[in-house]
Amino acid sequence: MKNISFKKELLIAALCLAILIAIPFFTSSRVTLDFVIRLASYGIFATSLNILVGYGGMVSFGHALFFGGGAYAFGLLMQKSGTSIPVAMLGAILFCAAIGLVVGAICVRLKEIYFSFLTLAFQMLFYSIIVTWSALTGGDQGLTGGIPRTPFWGINLGDTTHMYWFASVVGILCLLLMRYILQSPFGYTLRMVRDNADRARFLGVDVWRVKLYAFILSACFAGVSGVIMAIFVSGAFPDFTYWTMSGEAVFMIMMGGLNAFIGPVVGAALLMLFNDVISRNTEYHGLALGIIVLIFALGFKKGITDFIQQAYRLVTKKGVQS
Amino acid sequence: MDSNALFNCLSDLSCIVTQTSTGLISGALLFLVAAGLTLIFGVLGVINFGHGSLYMLGAYVGLSAYRFTDSFTIATIAASIGVGLFGLVFERLIMRRVYNADVLMQLLVCYALILILDDAVKIIWGAEFQSMGMPEYFQAPPLFIGGGIVPVFYLFLIIAAFLIALVLWYVLTRTHIGKVVRAAAHNPTMTSVLGLNTNWIYAGVFAFGGALAGLAGALAAPVRSMSPGMGFSILIESFIVTVIGGMGSVSGALVGALLIGLVRSFGSIGFPLFVEGIMFIAMALILVLKPSGLLGKEPRP
Repeated sequence: MKNISFKKELLIAALCLAILIAIPFFTSSRVTLDFVIRLASYGIFATSLNILVGYGGMVSFGHALFFGGGAYAFGLLMQKSGTSIPVAMLGAILFCAAIGLVVGAICVRLKEIYFSFLTLAFQMLFYSIIVTWSALTGGDQGLTGGIPRTPFWGINLGDTTHMYWFASVVGILCLLLMRYILQSPFGYTLRMVRDNADRARFLGVDVWRVKLYAFILSACFAGVSGVIMAIFVSGAFPDFTYWTMSGEAVFMIMMGGLNAFIGPVVGAALLMLFNDVISRNTEYHGLALGIIVLIFALGFKKGITDFIQQAYRLVTKKGVQS
Repeated sequence: MDSNALFNCLSDLSCIVTQTSTGLISGALLFLVAAGLTLIFGVLGVINFGHGSLYMLGAYVGLSAYRFTDSFTIATIAASIGVGLFGLVFERLIMRRVYNADVLMQLLVCYALILILDDAVKIIWGAEFQSMGMPEYFQAPPLFIGGGIVPVFYLFLIIAAFLIALVLWYVLTRTHIGKVVRAAAHNPTMTSVLGLNTNWIYAGVFAFGGALAGLAGALAAPVRSMSPGMGFSILIESFIVTVIGGMGSVSGALVGALLIGLVRSFGSIGFPLFVEGIMFIAMALILVLKPSGLLGKEPRP
């Protein structure tokens, strides 16, 4: 049953990937390619956070810890040890998993609001370490000097089109993998823990362990998103781990809708568009963004995909499974 | 890590006095912010992530009032009343809509508040660092206690914070208002059944917490430099304070704030890079060993 339904998703993913790969053959617009590269990064980032928020019911407000963690670990590995990109990427993911294990082990046992604040606090601890340990991380200036983009397997990430294809493939692969995990028995256990932890415990589920695994998984994927961003901007900056980054990710999820798997990616794309428009028209970026956040949080109270699902239900007069 | 420097300081009375006084003023300011945070959490059941921004607003309002009237007394009063009113409006217009929503919405609303206030401060007061300067009547020669230097303003700050703590304790435990607030914290439904308007209790507590944060901002203005975004670091610290002291406990906030203040001032001599780490380890230990905090009560059902 599961395998049959997953075939459909493989097909959709392959189709999306084919379209994305074909785009550079029709347009050479730098803006489009850059947008997709950044969307790959933010899309993975927001979706990985949604593993916690939407499927686990754990509202993390410190997810940028792993975005920045992945970016810095990757950048430092490339600069100091000069390994190949795939090895450094694996190293960055392992680094995020390790941090996720430690932070998660402390945080996931806590009630919702404590959990949010504690994740935020750990992220700010990481931020201040990055800023103060300037001998290693470059402090305020960030990890500059460029991250070497050594070609591997015939892929040269210094080339924009190659970078674009790389980001698209990694992006789709990560989304597919997350979808697979969330549709697996583990994903459904996670939903059960979210809906009724006591009942899950009664059925013999180790709630703490399930939440911790979800936390670590989500950290790993966030690490990948940080790596993509680090390769793209050829550096890592303290802003990557600042709390506003986590705030934006939370808003991406909310704006896109956390009940549909693809919601966070939609939200990421929308927020990127908003950000581009806002920063082109005003220097008061926070003010404009704050007002948009209030409109969504108090006015709509739902994400875009929730409205689409509602409309779809009205048209077809049947339920949609999330 | 420089344990020698810390050891030298601990064996020298003047150094102990100086570090203790700087630790105590950080603790005093931290207490005022954390007390508001913990009160709001205790009664309303939400954590006001925007609390640091109220502190920032207080500092700037205080700065303007001080420049306008040249009186530090008026500046502190203006800051507490102004920020208190702002808190009242914010609670009535926005915050009350998310009490029953999930944490996600509460977070987003506070996130929006921080973004908007930071930019509003930038628009009104400018993005550059500002400072108030020491008010005239505190420009007295510092006291020498045991060879250590203690500025008069430090002494004033510490005494003021202790007085406020005392008043808070008295109001919460010995007066009718305190009883009503505690009742609303304990069982809001029952309180409203008894004919008390819990909406206004909530609004009042939020405004009062805001006023405390505004007061802290104005009191901090002579000794701290101001910039938009200054509220965020004190938010994190006051959260650590409330976790260590116990969420919802005002006396816990006092103990936690003084503890953190002292750790910070002595730690900056011995292990400057690791001060933050120590605070976090302390918080993590408390959360694992005694989640209700040092002086906190068991969470309400």
